[in-house]
Amino acid sequence: MRELSLHILDIAENGITAGADCIHILVEEARTADLLTIKIMDNGHGMPAEKIEKMTDPFVTSRTTRRVGLGLSLIATAAERCEGRLTVETEPDAGTKVKAIFRYSHIDRAPVGDMAATITTLIIGNPQIEFVYSHIIDGEEFTLDTRELKTEMGHLSLTNPVVIHHLTASIRNSLGQLTANNGP
Amino acid sequence: MAKLTIEDLKRIKEETAKSTYLRDGDANVKITVHMGTCGIAAGAREVMNALMEEMAAADRQDIRVVTSGCMGMCSSEPNVTVEIQKGEPIVYQLMDANKMRQVFKRHALLGEVQTEFTLAKM
Repeated sequence: MRELSLHILDIAENGITAGADCIHILVEEARTADLLTIKIMDNGHGMPAEKIEKMTDPFVTSRTTRRVGLGLSLIATAAERCEGRLTVETEPDAGTKVKAIFRYSHIDRAPVGDMAATITTLIIGNPQIEFVYSHIIDGEEFTLDTRELKTEMGHLSLTNPVVIHHLTASIRNSLGQLTANNGP
Repeated sequence: MAKLTIEDLKRIKEETAKSTYLRDGDANVKITVHMGTCGIAAGAREVMNALMEEMAAADRQDIRVVTSGCMGMCSSEPNVTVEIQKGEPIVYQLMDANKMRQVFKRHALLGEVQTEFTLAKM
């Protein structure tokens, strides 16, 4: 995957497949500490204990349409490639937490990429699921909570394409300001 | 802590009020973008973005967009399925943003199947 935001989209979709109704996504860019942290937490039905050890083995998968599962193994490799690692905590019926850390300045670290597109793609495709997205750049935070958004928008649906179009632009704009405020 | 500003939300509301899209109306057309790991890696998110832009511009209230997982045909990703009313679902393969725009305008809006991009009739 060319962007870390695509891994995030992929892992979040895993959580939805696991029956979650709320997904938390955190991206923290700590440039002074030279660390990039990504966390994706869902409240789905978790993974059975025997699966955890093998979860980054591409030949272990819960899917039925083919015999290889790539999502977690790809993000694990992306993290390990830049002195980071992937950790997964899971509890049956409570959910799964996926955490990946990367050395921020590592030459092999893929760019974070278009988080706005990832978030709005998740929202449009899964109107029944709530998403809480936080993005921290050097201590400054941007948050988006679809539960709050739904209240704010009143009768307008978040899957309305015009809403999504403007939402994408607004998120992109807010993240751009966060980056600009904390320029090196 | 930054959030979407009140102005942002106000502007979104105003812009949307101009459109006639109704989510709860009967959907005549259903467009499915397949979003498995394979689809995402092959560019399904960009296909979805292009589709959302076309949807916002077309302002048609009877088209519904959904996402789904991998169909098991990973080498032909990104896949998009278009279903019009009770007709047979048409699966498109190796999609990109431009092909998506064409399929939306010709197939979803006008009903002309774009056979050069199809994988199969399901």
